[in-house]
Amino acid sequence: MKQLTPSRKKLVNNSITYGIVIIAYIIIQILNAGGMISPAIQGQLVPICAYITMAISLNLVVGFSGELSLGHAGFMSVGAFSGVVVSLSLQQAIPSGPVRLAVAMLVGAVLAGLAGFIVGVPVLRLQGDYLAIVTLAFGEIIKNIINILYVGVDENGLRFSIANEMALGLGEGGRAILKGPMGVTTNVKLSSFTAGFILVLIALTVVLNLVNSRAGRAVMALRDNRIAAESVGIQVTKYKLMAFVTSAVLAGAAGALYAMNYSSIAAKKFDFNTSILVLVFVVLGGLGNIRGSIVAAAFLTVLPEFLRKLNLDQYRMLVYAIVLILVMLATNNESSRIFFSSLRQKLFGSFKRKGGAR
Amino acid sequence: MAKKFEKPKMVPVPSHSIVPERDLGKLPVLECQHLGIDFGGLTAVNEFNITIGPSEIAGLIGPNGAGKTTVFNLLTKVYQPTRGTILLNGKDTHGMNTAQVNQAGIARTFQNIRLFNNLSVEDNVKIGLHNQIRYPMWDGILRLPKYWKQEKLAHESALELLSIFGMQDLASHEAGSLPYGAQRRLEIVRALATNPSLLLLDEPAAGMNPSETAELMENIVKIRDTFHIAIMLIEHDMSLVMGICEGICVLNFGQIIAKGTAEEIQANPKVIEAYLGSQKKGGGKR
Repeated sequence: MKQLTPSRKKLVNNSITYGIVIIAYIIIQILNAGGMISPAIQGQLVPICAYITMAISLNLVVGFSGELSLGHAGFMSVGAFSGVVVSLSLQQAIPSGPVRLAVAMLVGAVLAGLAGFIVGVPVLRLQGDYLAIVTLAFGEIIKNIINILYVGVDENGLRFSIANEMALGLGEGGRAILKGPMGVTTNVKLSSFTAGFILVLIALTVVLNLVNSRAGRAVMALRDNRIAAESVGIQVTKYKLMAFVTSAVLAGAAGALYAMNYSSIAAKKFDFNTSILVLVFVVLGGLGNIRGSIVAAAFLTVLPEFLRKLNLDQYRMLVYAIVLILVMLATNNESSRIFFSSLRQKLFGSFKRKGGAR
Repeated sequence: MAKKFEKPKMVPVPSHSIVPERDLGKLPVLECQHLGIDFGGLTAVNEFNITIGPSEIAGLIGPNGAGKTTVFNLLTKVYQPTRGTILLNGKDTHGMNTAQVNQAGIARTFQNIRLFNNLSVEDNVKIGLHNQIRYPMWDGILRLPKYWKQEKLAHESALELLSIFGMQDLASHEAGSLPYGAQRRLEIVRALATNPSLLLLDEPAAGMNPSETAELMENIVKIRDTFHIAIMLIEHDMSLVMGICEGICVLNFGQIIAKGTAEEIQANPKVIEAYLGSQKKGGGKR
């Protein structure tokens, strides 16, 4: 087989990743048109896209930047609720659904990016465990703030309160959008599978292009050897922050997409468990392996539904946990890795193992 | 980067100079005055005064634990000095961090090799070119024409730099998978990519056999002549130090005990006592 240059190899690898996403989209659209997808799975399509975007963006921080972040759901939450508020308050101004969704996702992304910047500036001076703890705290703080936040809209614009719905003092024709612990109960569903697919493609393009550029190399250099990276003139905080904010922006957009798929949504949806779930996607798919993140996010979101179908309902979470452990063991164990690669060689001859989207 | 307030130039303390004749009267690339650092109560380096000319190859030798690598870490601000001044091309580096010192002109290698092991050899050099070939993050994400132009330039420059050691064929290999000697050479290439005016080499010949060391000596001189830079090296291999260093500085217990040319150092009784005398036969420490 012809030896490929690294840049060519990267190109081939990235094309495969894009190809998988596009083909999956086409297949699902065809099956959908033929009515061959159950409503349960249909309802999961948008969340899958949102989770894939979350996993891709978290991989940028955990896999490429090498920082453990446990508050990724916080950014999703910021994007989700700012997106919903924007979408509901612009209902008259922008009648077109897809345009309003795009605007909502954009605003959600920008605000999540801003939150990422504010958290990142002090936090990225910390290292290792400290960073994990502070991001964890951030996720909880965001959840609790949104839990007490009331937002309403009337002809004078947006109104905020942290007391109760009455304190908003809404005028004639005004209505409350976000009602504290109740969350949003009157959302208009705007998300579609196509919008999710486009978001995944955008996230994929941003992350893959970023890691194969000057800034991405700086981020990976800091991960591999911080002292050496500094000694060749790379500013630590700048590039750590860049990766963190980019990741937050994508998570914000994913949050807006996710929220716009439900008619009611509350802050407790984006708690610590969601952060961990996304982290599981990333670790299971492989740190720094974008294609792995995509497959893991899709697979693990569908798995519980699939088990429900097999009438394993009582054992659903048990099987889920066992599958997780087995996959982790299989992918991260040296001897099993050798076994799989020799198996692959027997099956495909000299076909070489591809190292993911690195 | 904001320009730092430049302190008035200090009057150089006499008798520091081990600068070769051709560099006399030129602005020294490095001038350390009263440099020192304490770790708690321990004084690791004290009263370190040295001047290095812009085309000099200087050696820093001394027994194990003398503080040689600490001096390198002070110069590159891995540690912030407790006392003293470092003038780089006449500019005070006070308050700069490691990355800023590198941008101001000091590049280094490490005693325990520090490469970006998971990345390719070419990428390692490209990371060294980080501040030389620049384009904004957005051009990278959106793949604008500037990205392609600058990446092509980076690719060509990386291969050209690798060709110093004839390593261009290894460009696509993973840096961590290279043999030891090649890793040491790659570290030098990466340091050179940052376009320094002073290159610090921390034990460049460690683990090399005599013929590899001889080749390295030739290459160090070649690098000095082609890049017009000063080189300061820590080395235990006396054949290398005595062979190519024009000025040698001997460190013991964090203090400079002797400075001079190879002949002067070899004849210095203090050095023989502190350093070479600890071994029955003079010469190789390893």
